[in-house]
Amino acid sequence: MSAIKIKNLKKSYLDKRRIARSNGSQPINHVIDVLNDINLEFEDGEMVCILGPSGCGKSTLLRMIAGFEQATSGEVLINDAPIEGPRADNIFVFQHSGLLPWMTVWENVELGLRHLENLQKKDETIQEYISMVELTGFEHHYPHQLSGGMLRRAELARALAVNPETLIMDEPFSGLDFLTHMKIREEVVNMHEFMRKTTLVVTHDIDDALIMGDRVIVMSERPATIKLEKKLNFGRPRDLGQNPELKELRDEIFFMLGVSYAI
Amino acid sequence: MFRREITFPLITFLCILLIWELITRFSGWSSQVFPSPLAVLTSMQELISSGALLKHSVASLFRVSIGFFLAVILGIPIGIILGRIKVAKLLFNPLVQFLRPISPLAWIPLAMLWFGIGDLPAIFLIFLSSFFPMVVATSVAVESIKPTFFQVAANFNFNRYEIITKIVMPAITPEVITALRLTITIAWLVVVAAEMIAVQSGLGYMILDSRNALRMDYVMVGMIVIGIIGLLLDYIMRILGNIESTAWGRLSK
Ligand SMILES: Nc1ncnc2c1ncn2[C@@H]1O[C@H](COP(=O)(O)OP(=O)(O)OP(=O)(O)O)[C@@H](O)[C@H]1O
Ligand SMILES: [Mg+2]
Repeated sequence: MSAIKIKNLKKSYLDKRRIARSNGSQPINHVIDVLNDINLEFEDGEMVCILGPSGCGKSTLLRMIAGFEQATSGEVLINDAPIEGPRADNIFVFQHSGLLPWMTVWENVELGLRHLENLQKKDETIQEYISMVELTGFEHHYPHQLSGGMLRRAELARALAVNPETLIMDEPFSGLDFLTHMKIREEVVNMHEFMRKTTLVVTHDIDDALIMGDRVIVMSERPATIKLEKKLNFGRPRDLGQNPELKELRDEIFFMLGVSYAI
Repeated sequence: MFRREITFPLITFLCILLIWELITRFSGWSSQVFPSPLAVLTSMQELISSGALLKHSVASLFRVSIGFFLAVILGIPIGIILGRIKVAKLLFNPLVQFLRPISPLAWIPLAMLWFGIGDLPAIFLIFLSSFFPMVVATSVAVESIKPTFFQVAANFNFNRYEIITKIVMPAITPEVITALRLTITIAWLVVVAAEMIAVQSGLGYMILDSRNALRMDYVMVGMIVIGIIGLLLDYIMRILGNIESTAWGRLSK
């Protein structure tokens, strides 16, 4: 169970660069507002897809939900309790691989299960999740011996093996070739249908969001506000070409993100 | 058919031998001043069969091992502390940075005063020569660990002990092994110098003693053996860098 509430969330960073001035260079404490008063509510078990222009603060928002960073003001509540820090039931899947490179796939998946006392149960669980992401045979490979798509799947197995309440994924499909992208997207959708974990996915692909999301969020340029929030009550699999409502939404989002003609 | 990796270095080596031989024949220098390759080889055989070469090599290696070992087992933990704890860094980094550029050889007078004559001052000098590079290399390596890894650790509820053993130590291993390679070379350079002053054994002492006896052939034997052992030490460290658990450091960057 995890229902997420984000209330009046603001995040600013202090930019400590020296800014050259004509009268010599002076250190200037320059504040960058990244998130500006974000209010959102996600229901338990929802797949939420977050879109927005590059650099608008999507990763920042996710990092705060994961508890990696403190809010400047406002709060993030999971099941009405404020987040105090990172926790194992609130797993973050990193934009660039978060696998530990000195550990094999097996050892990485073991991270979240390392306290299990029943060793046989532990080994079975590890094997189960590795098989689930189709990495059987690669248990004892190191991350540098895997392809981009395999890395994502291994990290997904590691995240799912702890049986978290919430899964937070930052651009899980970026940098993959087209077919791998489609395949892993399908796996994430199936996994979600099957387990119904609250899943937050940042993506820059509008079609990803429309095909996967129970809810779609569009953020504005920095300082980011919510430009659009829409619940998608459509069954899956979805065909964007056959669904006029989704098609219209797609055009609207393209326009919102500054592309006038949706291709 | 020979592999180029073997034949080319061999050609260089033979050329040097040839030039050496030519110089001894035609330069007009006496063989006292510039012994021929063959004379040096004969002297080497003498020193080997008398056991002197082995004795001096072992003495040098013993000092290097102790000094280097102490520097490593103290330097790595201190480097980790400096890299992880801001306050420790603010307190001690200036001291480390100040002492680091002082050549270990500049410590010779003090080392002799404090530790007298014998193994101790030499070991102390080797320790100094290795300790600061290890501390600095380790702390730099710790500071450059990707923040992502610490976030993963926090996400999976690692405790402090696990953060050190499962994140910090494996993450810095490739850099630390590189540092070991560079540092053992420095230690080996320093031991020879230290032995010229403070002790009555070791390859450095053998060279100095042979010079005093005007045996340049022995001096050259000493130099050659120092070179060979230096290569071996580097080779051993390189094997260490090739073990499987550090392969990611070479292949994933
Ligand atoms: N630690 C930090 N210090 C200062 N500024 C930061 C920090 N982290 C992020 N920012 C700024 O916050 C803004 C948002 O960054 P963020 O990584 O959240 O963007 P994003 O929406 O995920 O972008 P992308 O789609 O390119 O991944 C950026 O302009 C960045 O410069
Ligand atoms: Mg991002």
